[in-house]
This record gives sequence, structure tokens and C-alpha cells, in this order.
Amino acid sequence: MSSMADEAAVMELETPQDGTPVVEVQGLSRVFDVSRPWLNRVLERDTRHYLRAVQDVSFSIARGETFALVGESGSGKSTVAKMVVGLLPPSAGDIRIDGHDMLGAQQADAMRSLRRRIQMIFQDPFASLNPRWRVGRIIAEPIRAFGLEEDGKAMERRVGELLSLVGLDPRDAKKFPHEFSGGQRQRICIARALASKPEFLVCDEPTSALDVSVQAQILNLMRDLQDEFGLTYLFISHDLAVVRHMASRIGVMYLGRLVEVAGSQELFASPRHPYTRMLLDAVPDLAMTGARRKKVEGEIPNPISPPSGCAFHPRCPLATERCRAEQPEALAANGALVRCHAVEEGRA
Amino acid sequence: MSVPLLSVRDLKVEFPTRRGRLRAIDGVSFDLAPGEVLGMVGESGAGKSLTGAAVIGLLEPPGRIAGGEIWLQGERIDVWTPKAMQKVRGKRIGMVFQDPLTSLNPLFTVGEQITETIMTHLPVSAREARDRAVALLEAVGIPAASKRLNAYPHQFSGGMRQRVVIALALCAEPELVIADEPTTALDVSVQAQIIDVLKELCRERGASVILITHDMGVIAEAADRVAVMYSGRIAEIGPVADVVKNPRHPYTTGLMGSIPALAGSVDRLVQIPGAMPRLDAIPEGCPFNPRCPHAFDKCREARPEPVQAGSAKVACWLPEALAERGAMATADAGGEA
Repeated sequence: MSSMADEAAVMELETPQDGTPVVEVQGLSRVFDVSRPWLNRVLERDTRHYLRAVQDVSFSIARGETFALVGESGSGKSTVAKMVVGLLPPSAGDIRIDGHDMLGAQQADAMRSLRRRIQMIFQDPFASLNPRWRVGRIIAEPIRAFGLEEDGKAMERRVGELLSLVGLDPRDAKKFPHEFSGGQRQRICIARALASKPEFLVCDEPTSALDVSVQAQILNLMRDLQDEFGLTYLFISHDLAVVRHMASRIGVMYLGRLVEVAGSQELFASPRHPYTRMLLDAVPDLAMTGARRKKVEGEIPNPISPPSGCAFHPRCPLATERCRAEQPEALAANGALVRCHAVEEGRA
Repeated sequence: MSVPLLSVRDLKVEFPTRRGRLRAIDGVSFDLAPGEVLGMVGESGAGKSLTGAAVIGLLEPPGRIAGGEIWLQGERIDVWTPKAMQKVRGKRIGMVFQDPLTSLNPLFTVGEQITETIMTHLPVSAREARDRAVALLEAVGIPAASKRLNAYPHQFSGGMRQRVVIALALCAEPELVIADEPTTALDVSVQAQIIDVLKELCRERGASVILITHDMGVIAEAADRVAVMYSGRIAEIGPVADVVKNPRHPYTTGLMGSIPALAGSVDRLVQIPGAMPRLDAIPEGCPFNPRCPHAFDKCREARPEPVQAGSAKVACWLPEALAERGAMATADAGGEA
């Protein structure tokens, strides 16, 4: 009886949802060299300084699932996104997309076909569209780059299709980006991302530059597209409410480490890591229950000189001597993960 | 109600352009009681920041007040000269801007900036000013305040910098503080701290606050009343709890529905079709009519003025929006039971 339960738990850990993992990230780390120039170092007897933006991050995303990374600025969530799409080489770790190693030496054409299947949506729709190009050319670029359509007529038709798909007019292809509002530009970015028929989209704060009513339009659109094409999303955001609305599983990052991973329901119903609890307490209460929330203490420390042991210990109400000295290991069970001594010792 | 601290009557702000005048604020009226926190919420371009700038006399030219009156404690201040307004700013009206890095001078220490402001507005000696500055920095929650007085703005984190800006806004004991998106550039955990500091200090000192933000959550936490702005007009103004829980204007209803909630998830967010009109294309009648699901002929012809509806004032022609809520609420409750 109990062995069956154990078996089920193991199964669940391997495949968080039904279906195979599309994206598997193992032990991903990235170190930036933030030293001063060589001459200054020599003259001022300064040593090299390193910033560990991402440390030992592991997660997997099942097909058709939305996995969200949430955290405050400087937590390393955008750096993870850039490494997953291949815009930034990791310092250590593995990224596997559909079983293919993204980092190992590979044939150029194999890499190319892999790249077609991954696209990215950026935060700022004003900076991510070329102001000198017409919208049609912007959206057609991935189609042209990957040679998906041969003749111009077919390409034009495809661009029109994509524009209607994201709720714009096919005639908008003739316009320039400045003629559109922020929300419409983000729709153009989504159309461009979909142009190469990708399976996996990395969305780095796709709505944080938008007003709430427009944000609702974009979030609804992204969910509709996911249902229609079976897309898999890696969704990066600092807004817990948005993350709750979009994601089925959530990873919470603090100072470059994944401190908790849990299903969306579980994370909001019973957060385990003290940082997750603090973050949930800090969100303004729109329901106006009048419940006086706990005071939030302190700020994110400087990532160049992070605290010893558990990086959260200076702000943590449960911190002990062990937390100050020893880095907590990840405790994984049932597809969830938590990195905390207090949880491990049953104090939380 | 006692005499309002601030009274804005039918304020209009215009920008002359080559293609004609753009009216960015069109007939905004509100009162602010002493010690009250009024939230102003709206999407970008709704005119909430401009309203704040007009009150404090900091409209960027060519923008100008084209009509209306602004009264501060019984004195009409919109007709004052820029020189007279300079005496009001900082002394009687304090200001907190969105970006704490650009609102502090990078070349002077925090202490110099605060003591300078105190000495400009209050008749105190340099020593007293310094003592006051230390007390203020302690009050806004900066640890080791007397040491940090000698630090430059870049040596502070974003949240600490915003605390300094709040100290700066409060240092001459103003009657009114205008906080324009004070927490937008900050992380959530820091945002909560800053809202608490702002709220507590203003209550202690009896200062009224106009809190301008696009974040309904911040308003719900901090404000007593809220004005929802749309296309340079107030769509709805009333006590926060009423507006948040029982919005009357269709725009407010849509806005509240479009915010993803932490408690209880919905499958789809309410979405308001379209976007706010540009200033050169504000439609006839109610500016919200092209996006409003309930719009009828009158909405396209005549502009609604804010009228009292329950505890709130609503600018809408719909009878439902203005209806007495007591009856409807009981009917709803009966239906559910």
C-alpha cells in the first residue's frame, strides 16, 4: 500500500503534469564578472568581483504547461530566461529542449531547427520592435530567416493570418510600430514570436509595461493561443497576481536561487518558504479584508556580497545559527521543491 | 464637512499644438479634507499626474491651466505668480515623485539636501535643521540616520532613496503631500514598507495626501477616498471600500475585473475592448462610450457630469449606475440565498 504511494510520488516528481517535459533545466548557473578595469585593480589593489546572478537552478516544464518564475528585481529570473532561449551562455548547467542539448556542440542545422521552436516575448514593446521597419516586415522576419515560406504572396498571406490571430487587422502590416499603442505593439511582438510556429515561448514580463485593462487583453490572448496551439510557456513576472492567473506551476527566486517550486494552487494556499510567505504578505490587499498584514522587513541584499548560508536569513523571522552558516539543500517531493532549513527541521 | 484643505473646481488643462488645442484635463472637481488620503487612479494618459502637477503649479509649458479654480485653505492659488507658488511648494505642498533617483541631486549629500530645504522654509538655525533632518530620517525608517546624513543618494538602495524623498517632502511640515506613483519603481516587498511609512507619517503630522497611482491595490491599502480618472475626467469618486467593492461606473467595473486576483482564480479576466482615446480623438458625449458595453444613444450625445449616487459621485448616464444600491444589494443577497 505504502510502496504504491511512494511509487506514485516518484512518478509525479518526474512528470509534474501529464505529458513529457519539453524543457529540462539542470543546475543552471551564471556568474558575471563585475570587476573594475585591470588598471584600476592594479593601482587600487582591488581584487576581482563576481556576481552570481543564477545559482544551481533546476526545473522542468511539461508540454502545454505554463511554468512561472517570480521574484523581485535582482533575483535572476530574467537571466534564466535569456539562458533558456540561448541569448546568454550559462556558466554551468544543462538546458535540454525536447531532449536535445542546447549547449553541447551540435550541427548548425540541428541547432537551427531547435531555435525555430523557441521564441521570446520581451517586456518593453517599444524597444523590441524596429521603428524603421513596417509591421509586415517585422512579422515576416522569422518566416524569412527560417525559410518557412518560399514566395512573397504566401508570406504576405501568412503575415495577415498572424495579425488576425492576435486581434489586429491584416492591413496593419503596412503601418510602422509608432502608429500603435503599447498593447497593440505587444500583440505585434506575439505575432512575430508565433511566426516561426514555435512550441515553446519564453515571456519575460510581457505585461509589466502595460496598463491593467490592456494587460487583461494580452493575458487572455496568451491563454487563448496556448489552448489553440498547445504552446508551452516559461512566464517571468514580478507580479504574483498575474503569475497566479497564468501559471500552473510557480518557481520563486531569491538572489539567484530557486527557493520554492510548487503548483499554483498549493503555493498560494500554503506557501512553505518564509520568503514566499513574506512576498504574499506584501501584495496589496484588493479584497480589503482589513486584516492587518505582517510587516515586511528589510530589502534584497547586494548580490555581489550575498549573506552567508541561506541568502534570506537576514530578513527571515525563523533564522537560526544553522541558517547563517549553512546553505540549505533543495528538498524535492511531489513535483514541489523548497530550500529552507526551517521547513526541513519542521519549524516552519 | 469642515472647510476643505484643497478644493479643485472645474479644472481644465490644455496643450496648444500646431493642430489645435488638446484638452488633457477637462472639468475635474474634487475636495480634500484635512488629514484625508485621496487616491487618484487611472491608466496612462488619464490625466492623473497632470492634475497633481496643476495643483502644485508645475505644469510643463506649453501646458497651461485653461479654466477652473484651485483653492488651498480658502486661498485661490492657481492665479498666483510663479514666484509666490515657489514659496508654497515644499513649504505648504510637499511632493514625492516616482523615480527617487532623479528627484534627488546626485552631487549633494542627503543631509545637505534636507537641511537646505528645512532652512529655506522654516526659521531655524543650521544646527536645529540638522537635528530635524536626523529625526526625520529616523522617522522614515533609515537605520543609523545621523551617519547616513553624510551619504550621497547613489549610496542608498531604491527603497531607502524613496524614504529620503518622503523625508524631504515632509521636512517643512506641509499641509498637503502629492505623491505621484511613489512605489511604481520599487519591488513589492519594499512597496509595502513605503506605503506604510507614507501613511503613518502623514497621519501623525495631519497632512493630507493625494496619492496618484495606476495600482488599485495600493489605493485599496492606503487611501480613504478614490477618484477614478478616464480621458482627463473623473469617472467615479467615492470612499475606497465602496468604489472597490461596488463600482458603479462601467469603466471602474471593467478596471476592477481586469485585475488578476490573488484569492480565487478566474478562467478569463474581464477585458475592456480597445484602449483609452488619444487626446485629439476624444469622442462626443461620454469619453468611455465606444468601449462601454452598456452605451446607448444619450451616451454618444451628451457628456455626463458626476452626480451623487449613494456615497459616491458617478459620471454616467446609466440608471443602474446611479440607482440606490441598498435595494439592489438586498435583492442580490436574496437571490443567492
